[in-house]
Amino acid sequence: MSAAVFVAGAGIISGIGNNVPECLSALENSTTGIDRISYLRTNHQGILPASEVRLSNAELALLSGFSPPTSRNVMLSMVAAKEAWDNSGINSIQGLRTGFVSATTIGGMDKTENFFIDFVADRKKGRLRDLAYHECGNVSQAVAEKLGIKHHVSTISTACSSSANAIMYGARLIKHNMLDAVIAGGTDALARFTLNGFNTLLILDEQYCQPFDENRRGLNLGEGAGYIVLVSERVAKALKKEPDCSLTGYCNFNDAYHQTASSPDGDGPYGAMTGALRMSGLQPKDIDYINLHGTGTSNNDSSEGAAIKRLFEPHYPKMSSTKTFTGHTLGASAGIEAVFSILSIKEGIVYPNLRLQTPMAELPFVPETSFSRDQNIKNVLSNSFGFGGNCSSLIFSKN
Amino acid sequence: MDKLISELKEQIAAQLKMKNIKPEDIGDDEPLFGAGLGLDSLDVLELIVLLKQKYKLRVASAEDGQKVFRSVRTMAEYITANQVQTA
Amino acid sequence: MKVYIRSAACISPQKTFENSSFLDEVVEHTGNRLNCIEPDYHDIIDPKLTRRMSRVIKMSVASAFACLKQAGLDKPGAIVTGTAYGCLEDTGTFLTNMVEQDEEPLSPVAFVQSTHNTIGAQIALLLKCNGYNNTFVNGSISFENALLDAMMMLTENVDNILVGGMDEITDMSHAILIRTGLYKRTSISNFDLFKSTSKGTIGGEGASFFVLTNTTSENDLACIDAVSTFHKPGDMVETTRHIESFFEAQDINNTNIDLLILGNNGDAKNDEIYSQLKQSVFNGVASVNYKNLCGEYPVSTAFASWIGANIIKSNHIPESLNPERSKKAPIRRVLIYNHYQNIHHSLILLSSC
Repeated sequence: MSAAVFVAGAGIISGIGNNVPECLSALENSTTGIDRISYLRTNHQGILPASEVRLSNAELALLSGFSPPTSRNVMLSMVAAKEAWDNSGINSIQGLRTGFVSATTIGGMDKTENFFIDFVADRKKGRLRDLAYHECGNVSQAVAEKLGIKHHVSTISTACSSSANAIMYGARLIKHNMLDAVIAGGTDALARFTLNGFNTLLILDEQYCQPFDENRRGLNLGEGAGYIVLVSERVAKALKKEPDCSLTGYCNFNDAYHQTASSPDGDGPYGAMTGALRMSGLQPKDIDYINLHGTGTSNNDSSEGAAIKRLFEPHYPKMSSTKTFTGHTLGASAGIEAVFSILSIKEGIVYPNLRLQTPMAELPFVPETSFSRDQNIKNVLSNSFGFGGNCSSLIFSKN
Repeated sequence: MDKLISELKEQIAAQLKMKNIKPEDIGDDEPLFGAGLGLDSLDVLELIVLLKQKYKLRVASAEDGQKVFRSVRTMAEYITANQVQTA
Repeated sequence: MKVYIRSAACISPQKTFENSSFLDEVVEHTGNRLNCIEPDYHDIIDPKLTRRMSRVIKMSVASAFACLKQAGLDKPGAIVTGTAYGCLEDTGTFLTNMVEQDEEPLSPVAFVQSTHNTIGAQIALLLKCNGYNNTFVNGSISFENALLDAMMMLTENVDNILVGGMDEITDMSHAILIRTGLYKRTSISNFDLFKSTSKGTIGGEGASFFVLTNTTSENDLACIDAVSTFHKPGDMVETTRHIESFFEAQDINNTNIDLLILGNNGDAKNDEIYSQLKQSVFNGVASVNYKNLCGEYPVSTAFASWIGANIIKSNHIPESLNPERSKKAPIRRVLIYNHYQNIHHSLILLSSC
């Protein structure tokens, strides 16, 4: 099994921009994407803030090349996946075995929940075509077909760690010499289903979220998609441009503590981070930046914080939660944050953890509060911890 | 209060899908969480929904919920106290 | 490295759960919906915990526990599941509540349990299993994706991997699928599924689990030699080409496959593909069908794999599968071939250990 997996391209669409340059600009300027909900029709408009992609479904249709009744989730996925594909230069090489490993938690739920408005009243009502993308796999297949990827398509759904697991799976398919190149990542559009679901769990913040703040109140949801193109060493050498970095470590570890909460000592996060480090051969002090899962819930930030203290004490790297910009994009979050991690290495930048006023008293470290450039970022750890105890960590390293 | 306690037991059993437990078997003062009935944090959230749906009362957080839902009696007392205030 | 099926368990519309006999009797279902025959979960899962669990979770947990018990394991090294629909009951409940109560207040348990990874997560939670845990949701190849993940992992220093495929029918999902025209309009017996010439199939469900390992033992059922899938072939030429490539890669042909397990589902147009392949690339190979036993559902190949593994272990094809001709020679190599609405096609090759 060959060891090296390189990152050849990245693509993203989120509440802070419709592509990599736009998102980068927002990150540099500390411009959050969290705002009053304006695109999703919901009774919670004006009460619960979220980070929506600033495009209507009609506008997304034009951008993605899908026709307007298509699920918003499909269109978001297409835009980001295509950007990653195009900027990787993979198209210049013939005869590659390519794959698409995508993650999502909602599938086409943005359309299904509209179907249900009519269906609940009368089971003969509701437009069946609204269910065309209900199944998660149909979202991935639609995008793969448009990109012309036939060798392998799979879809993963493990709550908030989904796209980290998609990236891991894609990397392993390359290491096992089953594929030469994989677009891996995830997508989730904002839907009433998830907005109401999280609301009923009482973990949404009615103000703009403050991850890792002593007085944090919960999370803000977001939407978007983030994909990276992973390639084998052979393909990396054949490409015209240098790969952005390598994926040197990853780990999928289950907390097995509770259906939704993380263990207080952070066993799950600790297991995922140590596993990723072990694979990469790095020591904790070799990590230059941690992209935190940092949702802003009382439980996650305590649990993740406790795990970081256990693992990194006394050498704490710079760290921040970019969910303060993009909101929590669920199935897309690890994909989006993988893109940010890669940019951190490529551009030598570290992002701020916005709106941090009072550091958590229980933790001996404080996330970054301002944007910095000209940093020597060699290794980045990206965390994603989800419901069901699904904890995953990725490590990207400079070549 | 007794009538409310009795109604609450039925509602709790239904909301939490307790098929194997008869409502009348739940003690008035039996701890609902931990060693008593063995409910957990997700059940707290379900009971918060119950309070809102049936009694139009809002419990702001899961932490507040832990206090209100200590036993069926504390729930009944909370409902009685807060419904009087809104009358 | 060989992949051994150490144990297999399933809950299906037949009496397959914890039954020492292998499909000795077949249960008749009439109508267009085959519901699973479920055990009394009281003795299998702590009753305090089952109160929240939907059917698909209970069926999966019970099958997973039985599978681990058969393998003599307290917990697996990893858990990988494949499901096309996920937890439909809870999804339907939450959606209905959302509509009827105009977005509040809503059941948190229904929301939490509607997520596709709930099944794998519940199993991990009950067993306190910290190992790798993943859920594939790519329609009718979700189980094949899970198998592939597990097979790769067996070469990555992880052993005793619990792999499962599950999908359920609910009243709502059934009502919707009827409207898509997938099912027969008139009521038939599953016994007559392959005699019927009317359009449509019958709905099914099930949860099937396997423990996969890279170390051999005398209790192993079978080996998994290869898994392959392909998507929306343009025509029969392309379908045949994919199968021939698979044959070549596995160094097999129609003279050294002992049995085919085919995914005919009783819909004439759907089954035309199998008929044509039986005259070409599958010519002369004995075959059986299985969807009259379990109905049509996306991850039915998990049930087919349970059948295939048990056929190899017992070296016997139950009469209930209506084998085309009596097969006296040892049954060493079984190929499962299925397609779901000509969108996803899959091949799973099993052999004796």
